Amino acid sequence: MTNRTIRVWTLIHKWTSLICTLFMLLLCLTGLPLIFHDEIEALTAEDTLPPMPAETPLKSLDEAVATALATYPGERPLFLSFDEDRPVVNVTTGPGARPPVSQMHISAIDLRSTRILADLNDDKGFMHVMLRLHVDMFAGLPGELFLGFMGFLLFIATLSGVVIYAPFMRKLSFGTVRAGRSRRLKWLDLHNMLGIVTLMWVVVVGLTGVINTLSVPLVAYWRANELAAMIAPYEGKPVPERFASVDAAVRTAMEAAPGMRPQFIAFPGVRFSSNHHYAVWLKGATPATNRILTPALIDAETGAFTDMRSMPWYMLALRLSQPLHFGDYGGLPMKILWAVLDLLTIIILGSGLYLWLARRRSVQDHAAAGSANLRAAVGEAAE
Amino acid sequence: MKPRTPLPLLAIFGIPLAIAFVTAAGLMTALLDDGLVDAVSWAALSVPVLAAVWAWRKRER
Repeated sequence: MTNRTIRVWTLIHKWTSLICTLFMLLLCLTGLPLIFHDEIEALTAEDTLPPMPAETPLKSLDEAVATALATYPGERPLFLSFDEDRPVVNVTTGPGARPPVSQMHISAIDLRSTRILADLNDDKGFMHVMLRLHVDMFAGLPGELFLGFMGFLLFIATLSGVVIYAPFMRKLSFGTVRAGRSRRLKWLDLHNMLGIVTLMWVVVVGLTGVINTLSVPLVAYWRANELAAMIAPYEGKPVPERFASVDAAVRTAMEAAPGMRPQFIAFPGVRFSSNHHYAVWLKGATPATNRILTPALIDAETGAFTDMRSMPWYMLALRLSQPLHFGDYGGLPMKILWAVLDLLTIIILGSGLYLWLARRRSVQDHAAAGSANLRAAVGEAAE
Repeated sequence: MKPRTPLPLLAIFGIPLAIAFVTAAGLMTALLDDGLVDAVSWAALSVPVLAAVWAWRKRER
């Protein structure tokens, strides 16, 4: 690499990092409790299942939906999702087909009694604040896309960091940390060492985070293209006045896809369905396939099966980006490793900021002494 | 610790590439199955963390 090439990559690294660092610090700090949100929420959970005889028959999904609607009169059902390990469904209702999240109500309903266990409308607690700061900084879709762009800058900063790692390490063996000389040298070596060992994790978590910020436009694109093609004969039909049975729709969907189980049901008109259909989102039964969702569309007026198609690549990417970003797919040890890698990333961000400030200070000192120029300072940093 | 002549690129990036590869494998495996495979993933994701600890412990004071 020529000195000029190194200088250009150093500038790229400096500016992409400077722009995104404060936001990345925010994301790393708010992300830390979010890694453990299951464990933290379990501590304060109030929706434990009351004991009932083991063979208590389950009520129908239609009855669960009716319970939710009776609790929030004037609203309509939007989603129904199934809990993984217990006979509980979560019914989301709202005043219209696509209300803002703040106007939605989620009821966790015990299917054995159709009693409401808890309303999951937490929009005040600590974890909720962490989540909103992490997802969109309370700024909605623009905030989400902005953070996505910051994540993209982090990716460029990481790549340029790898490029300039080479000239730094020309005469040093891997993992060298010179802690005995100047404080700046120690943090420089730490920054380089931590940056290079966490490289793959940072890139994967960063890029999957970026993909997650594109969720709204990606789903909108899917709805306008793939979904529109599946329901072409129904184009222009309004949302039905009355919906056919949810239970029958789930049965029809499961008959069309033997071996798959429903993950959630999107009611007619919502973002994840057409205006005229129940979309029953089915998942595979094995660990390798249960992250891949396939929507089966059931006519919400007649209950007839309309179509089922596997997801296009961008929706699969979106789906897989969730576990790879959250680190919630390998038990508690994985979450702990996620947290440690997150803390190492905070050190990388902090040391990068420190190195920039320290160099500025040293450049100013040199200039004041009239002994050195900026070029020398840049050259020194590249040693 | 310090080689006199500049290192070739492979010597600079050899270990980092290996760590990146192991990390990627660890991130992938846990997606495929539960149980034993998760433990493989924990071991793999420990590699970058242990590398950092090792480098810090052998720092030049």
